[in-house]
Amino acid sequence: MDEAQATILCEGDGSGARLRVRGALTLPGLAAARAELRRACARPGLRVVEFDLGALEGLDTAGAWLIASERARLERAGVTTRLAPPPARLRELLEAVTAAMPEAPPPPPRQGLAQRLAALGRGVESGALGALDALAFLGLTLARLGGALLRPRRLRMAALFSHMQQAGLNALPIVTLMGFLIGVVLAFQGATQLRRFGAEVFVVDLIAISALRELGALLTAIIVAGRSGSAFTAAIGSMKVNEEIDAMRALSLDPIETLALPRALALLLTLPVLSFLAMIAALAGGLLMSWIELGVSPGMFLERLHAQTDVKHFLVGISKAPVFALIIGVVGCHQGFLVGGSAESVGRRTTASVVIAIFSVIVADALFSVFFAELGI
Amino acid sequence: MSGAAQNIIEVRGLRTQFGAQVVHDGLDLDVRRGEVLGVVGGSGTGKSVLLRTIIGLNRPAAGSVRVLGVDMLRAPRAERARVERSWGVLFQNGALFSSLTVQQNVEAPLREARDLGLDDADIAELARLRIAMAGLAPGAAAKMPAELSGGMRKRAGLARALALDPQILFLDEPTAGLDPIGAAAFDQLIGRLQRALGLTVFMVTHDLDSLNAVCDRIAVLAERRVLAVGTMEEMLAVDHPWVREYFHGPRARAALRAG
Repeated sequence: MDEAQATILCEGDGSGARLRVRGALTLPGLAAARAELRRACARPGLRVVEFDLGALEGLDTAGAWLIASERARLERAGVTTRLAPPPARLRELLEAVTAAMPEAPPPPPRQGLAQRLAALGRGVESGALGALDALAFLGLTLARLGGALLRPRRLRMAALFSHMQQAGLNALPIVTLMGFLIGVVLAFQGATQLRRFGAEVFVVDLIAISALRELGALLTAIIVAGRSGSAFTAAIGSMKVNEEIDAMRALSLDPIETLALPRALALLLTLPVLSFLAMIAALAGGLLMSWIELGVSPGMFLERLHAQTDVKHFLVGISKAPVFALIIGVVGCHQGFLVGGSAESVGRRTTASVVIAIFSVIVADALFSVFFAELGI
Repeated sequence: MSGAAQNIIEVRGLRTQFGAQVVHDGLDLDVRRGEVLGVVGGSGTGKSVLLRTIIGLNRPAAGSVRVLGVDMLRAPRAERARVERSWGVLFQNGALFSSLTVQQNVEAPLREARDLGLDDADIAELARLRIAMAGLAPGAAAKMPAELSGGMRKRAGLARALALDPQILFLDEPTAGLDPIGAAAFDQLIGRLQRALGLTVFMVTHDLDSLNAVCDRIAVLAERRVLAVGTMEEMLAVDHPWVREYFHGPRARAALRAG
């Protein structure tokens, strides 16, 4: 903007005022111009205000808005306003803006008790419907899995192996490291407590049972949920935003069979293996720490492991892995399919996918504990 | 007024390349103050690339781009920022921020310009004014971009482009993907705003009706440069196979007859 900013000259006295606006009334000087206008119109007893725009050199929509909104404000206060129009080239702009002046939006509805209760009800309803929808998706995936097992040709081998590599093989370092460190922590914590009773050698039972029965499968599932469940949601969600899912449907490709099934099956096959390796790593970590901290030699550790730890603990632990895999795979894919048209929705669904998957895995683990306790295993 | 002062955008000797692929080579183009310039060309001739280069999203290999007399490739950052505030851009699909409502999208540039000293109420009302001027119903302001139709998204994008009262408006295929009625309405909207606000419009388009309805001049991109610039009548007289094909093809004849 090359023109000088607007200056406002106030003439007249008593009940009448004449505001002569010179220069350019544009966005950069808007706040200053308005302050000047308000000051000129603040006189008590003002009945008539005339806006003289005859000497105006520049005007943009913000400036036109200022004139129109100040006139409306004065009229509301019972002051009559008149307008000496600007030069012809600026007139069209002023008229266009005045015609387009929006009305003030209605105030937001008050949040009464009834609205809050209704919102709570809607939240519960959508939560319940969401859970039902997830259950339906689980059923659909299992049905497709059954169909694929009956006709293995329908299985997409390339996709399956690719996902097994990404979700399984590539997760190997982090999962074994996590397992090893858990073993170290268990041995260390167990040692300080057990030493007080002179029962150091029981640290082997502590490590073996907790790693095999609970932590191996559970912590592996949590890592995989964070690592692969989120990736499933983000990948399928981006495809949804990009209309790739619709394109598949239009080509009569079943998106569940093409996208969800290889992912869920890849987890189903790799999560037990990962859990097993996490357990071995935890035992290795425990063995090392027991040796350093308690002086339990590796030979003694292994002998006690053989003698005292029943294989049923391992079987209980590893039997949970396929269930956890199914939960992570189904939740991850389902949330991906729920993505709406925006980038933000992908982020929201990815977060939801990880939270729901981890929560469901822990709930399932608790149910398993109750189940095995009832059976007396 | 001298020729240089009339030209709001001056592109000289522009060379753009991606790897070994040369998109523009020795391209010259002038955009005059207050005109609507339509840029046409076959697919892959670099129309959108030219737009992106002028607004600084692409760095050319050689040449100069002057906007409002400022050399956009060499001027200091502050001066470039001042010029950048004097243009608005409508991207092909609106490019609305998907996590913000339409109202917040239009408010965003006003909020960024803190030195204007506007308070929240002013910003909200100026944004509502832009939304109304872009021809959207007041109810659309609270919607998320994902809830809008293609035409509404373009109008919302236009409202955002107009937020800071630009002097120059860049439009990338403003009517692509709109039905003929929606496209004609959008053409009229652009024409009306351009006249009322005294805008200079740089429009990349394929729409012959748009060219006919709102463009003062047309620039044809082919063979890595601007092949011809002029009014529709001048274009009809150009003797170049592609230009003749474009402006004398069956669709062009229909558009001209209607116009």
